[in-house]
Amino acid sequence: MQRHEMVCIGAGPAGLSAAIEAAKNGVQVAVYDENDRPGGQLFKQIHKFFGSREHRAMERGFDIGKSLLEEAQSLDVQVILDSVVMGIYENATMNIMVKDHVEEVKAEKVVVATGASENMIPFPGWTLPGVIGAGAAQTMANIHGVRPGKRLLMVGSGNVGVVVSYQMLQAGCEVAVVIDAAPEVGGYGVHASKVARTGVPFYMSHTVKKAHGKDRVEGATIVQVDETWKPVAGTGKSFDVDTICLAVGLNPMSQVLRMANCEMVYVPSLGGNIPAHDLNQETSVPGIYVAGDVSGIEEASSAMIEGNIAGLAIAHSMGYVENDPFHEQRDGFLESMKGLRAGPFGEKRAEGKRMLLEAMKG
Amino acid sequence: MRIAEHPILGPFEKGEKVQFTFDGGTIEGFEGEPIAMALRAQEVLIHRITSKREEPRGVFCAIGRCTDCVMIVDGVPNVRTCVTPLRQGMDVRTQKGKGQVTARE
Repeated sequence: MQRHEMVCIGAGPAGLSAAIEAAKNGVQVAVYDENDRPGGQLFKQIHKFFGSREHRAMERGFDIGKSLLEEAQSLDVQVILDSVVMGIYENATMNIMVKDHVEEVKAEKVVVATGASENMIPFPGWTLPGVIGAGAAQTMANIHGVRPGKRLLMVGSGNVGVVVSYQMLQAGCEVAVVIDAAPEVGGYGVHASKVARTGVPFYMSHTVKKAHGKDRVEGATIVQVDETWKPVAGTGKSFDVDTICLAVGLNPMSQVLRMANCEMVYVPSLGGNIPAHDLNQETSVPGIYVAGDVSGIEEASSAMIEGNIAGLAIAHSMGYVENDPFHEQRDGFLESMKGLRAGPFGEKRAEGKRMLLEAMKG
Repeated sequence: MRIAEHPILGPFEKGEKVQFTFDGGTIEGFEGEPIAMALRAQEVLIHRITSKREEPRGVFCAIGRCTDCVMIVDGVPNVRTCVTPLRQGMDVRTQKGKGQVTARE
């Protein structure tokens, strides 16, 4: 059996930030990730982050990814790739499939930073080749340099929908239209207007009625929906597209947490069933911490701060950090987080996080 | 379907150009890129045919989660082509149905 002081599951922005913060304070850390390269989804983020400078705004995601990796390496954080955590048992014992064999690993503290997977919406034809997640479009174009299609329709006008639409234009695809069942654009104006300025039409209060094509997507029909989300007769419009991208939200990948019996709370504003956690990011199971999208869908900026908090709290709980500097630093992180949970959407997420905190108090 | 020069990322770093077979025909891709990417670059979108309704399926998530893109690779069925690196001489086939598990010799 292998033993580590701290194991982090997931080498994305949250996991790496947790590892860095803990290692900086003297904790021995191993990070496991199922992918063959670290960084999670950061290396697909070729846009400049939004917000203030303390949240690394104006930096592009892949540059942030590079600097996190360099920092982790300089602190001797072990990053172990091609490794799937198959099970977590009592006292933070884990079975991890490393490449083609299973290892037993035990940690004093675990940070679960497994991220999220994409939602989908079913419609006639949604299983046709050519219907893809917006994340898949990013992976193809931004990591592998392959256009997902020639002309695409984007479903969803949240940040993912508008950011990926612009990235598809940068990749040389044509974006026929961005649609959303909601009456208003969900993403930041700065991202949405970049797409709109190129002439891409936005159809709000519209959903996909049907994807056309026999063996692959050849087109799509969209339809207007009323205030009760019902299709309005006679409003159908067809588009010749070879790709339909779904950017309809994310849900936390919390399987490991449920296996560990962490208390889960249903919080729609955070993406579904979320592990209850306290201000230190610790769940209802002592020693198991969460950070990033798995603890509520937000953004990379907040994921990094949550990771920092979890790493710091672990270092403190293991005696590597004294009480006073711990509280001072943690309060700094919490204060910085406030800025990311402001505004109409941020406020809803902040409210969701308060619900999770209440659940911890029982 | 390859992006020659990306406005933000510039040229993409790729492995050696390699040849592999798809349903018996020879096509090209780059060593180490996911099999699914080499296929999509050649506009191959159908990866498998479902067992009951015989419907085509292809890449959906591209990160190894949804398993819609599985194919028969070097005789092994249910290989997630979006996360399996391409190698010279691979034999890639469209999977019909669930694929058969054969005993190892």
